[in-house]
Amino acid sequence: MARLGRSTWAFGERQVAVIAASTVAGTWEGQGPLSDAFDVRLDDDRAGQDSWERAEQAMFRRAAEIACEKAATRPANLDLVIGADLNAQLTSFYMGLRGLARPMLGVYSACASICEALAVAGLAVATGFADVVLAGTSSHTSTAERQFRYPTEYGVQRPPTAQRTVTGAGAAILARGRGKWQITHATIGEIADFGVRSPWEMGAAMAPAACDTIRQHLADTGRSLDDYDLVVTGDLGRVGLDILRHFLVEQGVASASLVQERVEDCGAMIYREDQPEVFSGGSGAACSALVTFGHLFREMERGRIHRLLLCATGALLSQVSAQQGDTIPSISHAIAFERGD
Amino acid sequence: MSAWTFLWAFLVGGAICAIGQVIMDTTKLTPGHVMSILVVAGAVADGLGLYDPLIKFAGAGATVPITSFGNALVHGAMHEAKIHGLIGVITGIFEVTSAGISAAIVFAFLAAVFARPKG
Repeated sequence: MARLGRSTWAFGERQVAVIAASTVAGTWEGQGPLSDAFDVRLDDDRAGQDSWERAEQAMFRRAAEIACEKAATRPANLDLVIGADLNAQLTSFYMGLRGLARPMLGVYSACASICEALAVAGLAVATGFADVVLAGTSSHTSTAERQFRYPTEYGVQRPPTAQRTVTGAGAAILARGRGKWQITHATIGEIADFGVRSPWEMGAAMAPAACDTIRQHLADTGRSLDDYDLVVTGDLGRVGLDILRHFLVEQGVASASLVQERVEDCGAMIYREDQPEVFSGGSGAACSALVTFGHLFREMERGRIHRLLLCATGALLSQVSAQQGDTIPSISHAIAFERGD
Repeated sequence: MSAWTFLWAFLVGGAICAIGQVIMDTTKLTPGHVMSILVVAGAVADGLGLYDPLIKFAGAGATVPITSFGNALVHGAMHEAKIHGLIGVITGIFEVTSAGISAAIVFAFLAAVFARPKG
């Protein structure tokens, strides 16, 4: 356990393990290209509940239960539960998991929250303050629309840069020692604000934050892009991913062909391009959790990815700041995973 | 009424909607802004005496778009002002438009009775 450079925590190679991960996917996500990577594919985004908010809470609860089952443990054995969602006051996390009755920490960095949760969880495990920690996030397209955008009934038109908030929840259980996947590093991001005001242009708002964090991580660890089989951002979407790749090449992080080959985005992966109304791709706190815990972890198990850097990206706007016309500050935190042998 | 009315209704109504779409696509204005702009444009056009001739020319092409609401607001206000003076401006604003507004309230109520307006 050591601190590297300005903002990277090195947990050591075999100190912090992800022993189980779970995913609950909404209907559109379950119909996407990563369909068979999810533990649960819902056929109703209400999940049998009477409101979207309760549906999101139920998804979070389900993800936590499945993660515990897969880790062959019971919720009572969790020393700490860390999580986030996009609802005000983190209601999906707190209300969804209130039945667990375990020590809880709610964190928030919008859609970058899964990396924040994993970083704090990793810290707790590495320092020995907790032995078994659950970290997870959820999001729901209809709760996000209600809070951040317009009522669905209003039928507002969206530009092609818009993204669809991913419906679902993902959770991971961390423990000390060795597991299927190791968490080796966490890089804590800084705020980037380039003055984007439009909530339809999140990809453009967040790309500079992702670029900064990737560069900081590589500088702190002395690694290069070539050391990773894949660097994946959270939810820049197709539009934001293009901008990020452009930045990385322009700032000399790697050659254009290497950037094209190694840098991807969860938001650009979760939906097919021809799915209706997904526009630039997916977003939301569950986006990177679903793609990483579902698809990318499986790719690591299959040996196709040995080392992965997840840079979840968050747009830190609130309902009030957006209505008051403030700019959208963004943040990205990075977690480095390695295949456990 | 000649068959041409259908063509003019289509073209004029389409043109008003196209203006709204162009404003939406080329500016950062919200749908609420665009709606207000069209309502005010209709009101100003009626103030200048231009909207009635447009309705005569294009029929529903001019009465269906939201600009017609601005036209109706001014129409009612001017009409009442002639009879009751300045106070008529206030009482007349919703005179012509009251049917539309009441219908919106009644139908919203009915929708809420038969559906579950929870979102």
